[in-house]
Amino acid sequence: MMKFEQVIQKNVNAITWTSAALIAIGFLGEAVGSQMLYTVAFVLASIIAATPIIIRAVEALKVRVIGIELLVSIAVIGAFVIQEFNESAIVTFLFLFGSFLEAKTLAKTRESIKTLTEMAPTTAEVVQGDGSIVETDVDDVDEGDIVLVKTGGQVPIDGDVVEGSGYLNEASVTGESKLVTKQVGDGVFSGTILDNGTLKIKATKVGDDTTFAKIVELVEDAQDTKSHAEKFIDQFAKYYTPAVLILAILVGFISRDFRLAITVLVLGCPGALVIGAPVSNVAGIGNGAKNGVLIKGGEVVDTFAKIDTLVFDKTGTLTKGNTEVSDLKNYADDQNQVLAFAAKLESQSDHPLGKAITTYATQQKVAFQNLQVTTNNTIKGQGIEAQIDQHQILVGNQKLMTANQIQLTEAEETDLKNLQATGSSTVIVAVDHKIQQIIGVSDVIRDNVKENLAALKQLGIKKLVMLTGDNEITANHVAQELGIDEVHANLLPENKVTFVKQLKDQGHKVAFVGDGINDSPSIATADIGIAMGGGTDVAIETSDIVLMQSSFHELVHAYGLAKKTVANTRQNIIIAIGTVVFLLIGLIFGYIYMASGMFVHEASILVVIFNAMRLIRYHAAGAK
Amino acid sequence: MTKAILQLGALTCPSCMQKIQGALEKQAGVEKVKVLFNASKVKIEFDDAVNTADALAQVVKNLGYEVQSVKVKQPAK
Repeated sequence: MMKFEQVIQKNVNAITWTSAALIAIGFLGEAVGSQMLYTVAFVLASIIAATPIIIRAVEALKVRVIGIELLVSIAVIGAFVIQEFNESAIVTFLFLFGSFLEAKTLAKTRESIKTLTEMAPTTAEVVQGDGSIVETDVDDVDEGDIVLVKTGGQVPIDGDVVEGSGYLNEASVTGESKLVTKQVGDGVFSGTILDNGTLKIKATKVGDDTTFAKIVELVEDAQDTKSHAEKFIDQFAKYYTPAVLILAILVGFISRDFRLAITVLVLGCPGALVIGAPVSNVAGIGNGAKNGVLIKGGEVVDTFAKIDTLVFDKTGTLTKGNTEVSDLKNYADDQNQVLAFAAKLESQSDHPLGKAITTYATQQKVAFQNLQVTTNNTIKGQGIEAQIDQHQILVGNQKLMTANQIQLTEAEETDLKNLQATGSSTVIVAVDHKIQQIIGVSDVIRDNVKENLAALKQLGIKKLVMLTGDNEITANHVAQELGIDEVHANLLPENKVTFVKQLKDQGHKVAFVGDGINDSPSIATADIGIAMGGGTDVAIETSDIVLMQSSFHELVHAYGLAKKTVANTRQNIIIAIGTVVFLLIGLIFGYIYMASGMFVHEASILVVIFNAMRLIRYHAAGAK
Repeated sequence: MTKAILQLGALTCPSCMQKIQGALEKQAGVEKVKVLFNASKVKIEFDDAVNTADALAQVVKNLGYEVQSVKVKQPAK
């Protein structure tokens, strides 16, 4: 018996086409006036097409589920009993054909996760103790194993490069297909592809523990994490289907019209209603995953679409989180030489501002490594005094200059004040008792933040708030630059939580955007927690939404997508309910019968799926 | 507790989920069943002293669904 059922289920498509052919033959029989051919063809079509449906209905009943299949089965058997063979044949065919199309179109909405899972590595070339290489299933690679990856190959584990170098395409993890250089000591992610080079990597995380595996798992879970609307519909469907059955029986008893009763069964199928909301979320979340936005489920989509207040952490979120030279005022004839002096001295200190200056000098292709420093004197709280090439060099703050009796000219004084007003830290460079440069160092704002924040406001965000542990001057400057509405500076992490709570208490729907590491409490407190962070575990675990590339365009995309997805769900529910109402009216006025009712049903299911598919192509407008 | 992940052929009807869920939950030693509709996966936590992953996969097959792969994860010892 089991065998028979499996054979039937495996060949459902063949059955569908056969029944279609038989129906065609039946109509042909009618056309040529052969009652025999007509009846035989429709009877056969009904029987073969009804078989898989009845099997499914019985299987469901065994686990005490009253499914759509049961409604259809009873209706078809009923039609058969009253010898409406053409009705039973067409209804069963349409039902099977509908399921076929549903499967095809659903596969489209699921494509994004499918491509994601298909990117998962399957084998690894593990370097053995004797230097030989053994191809191993990724599930059998252990932490600490050394894995070889060649050009064109895929990194099978998370780990650190121990030998070689190359260019990696990290699109599978960050969503951005930009090549990244990897050298000894650099961390690499499973699922990324080595575009060029050869790497030996020591595995730190394998199998399901890798970041890529976690992303896949998260997206898979997210697509099945239901929104309120979906949960409601699930509950509704649970009682709705049996209710239709009871209604049909009642109708049959009261009207004594068997035909009417079985028609109610077919029309009552909750098709589009059950599939409408989930299919929108699947498409929406899939779109996000493809664009570097991980959204944890339909619930999050719903809530995020309602957000009106965005709260940002400053350092590492609005800004890049590492200091860079933001401005350089030069008074010397040879700018590069002075910069070289400063960089040389700073390269010998471990002051955080120093690193920004040496990096800047390297970027400007200023050679400073070969300069000879003869004396080098660090004055605490002031700076460095040194001798290079018979020049006396001073690199430090204003105190250092005053201590050496160097006066700033009026112009220099103004430059210094201006730099400080932008929140920059300043480094003054004097050569042979003459001020030559003032270098402004600050935490640089991420690219295109201003444009993207404006785009967010256009999409419906009412208020932008910045919370930071940094000082007021810097905070205000950044806020002004970006058009932030409200700023609170000098905050500890727990103060940030208090502010988020306050905003919520005032009735705002609050999303907190942080870098996911030190902001976890605020991320957890807000209605929606958003983590900037290219693939850190903490970010993936603590937040509701993860922006893989830490870009603000992703934030705009995520918000726009959430709004679009919610709207799409709403449209689908309206389509589904509209269909039921339309059918009911049709039934009352006698326009709709079983076969046409089934047709409208299946059509409405396809309409909601097609509607949801529009979300797959959604792209947020605005700055990149 | 052992964890088994079954990759099924594409699931298309939400009621299939209830069927699979219901059938697996009734099996001996099964603690937790999660059917991922969109990923067409089933995650089962069960006691391997009482049941095996292959037997559970067979239950799903008997319901009429294709089981493409079975992955078993033993708890860390």
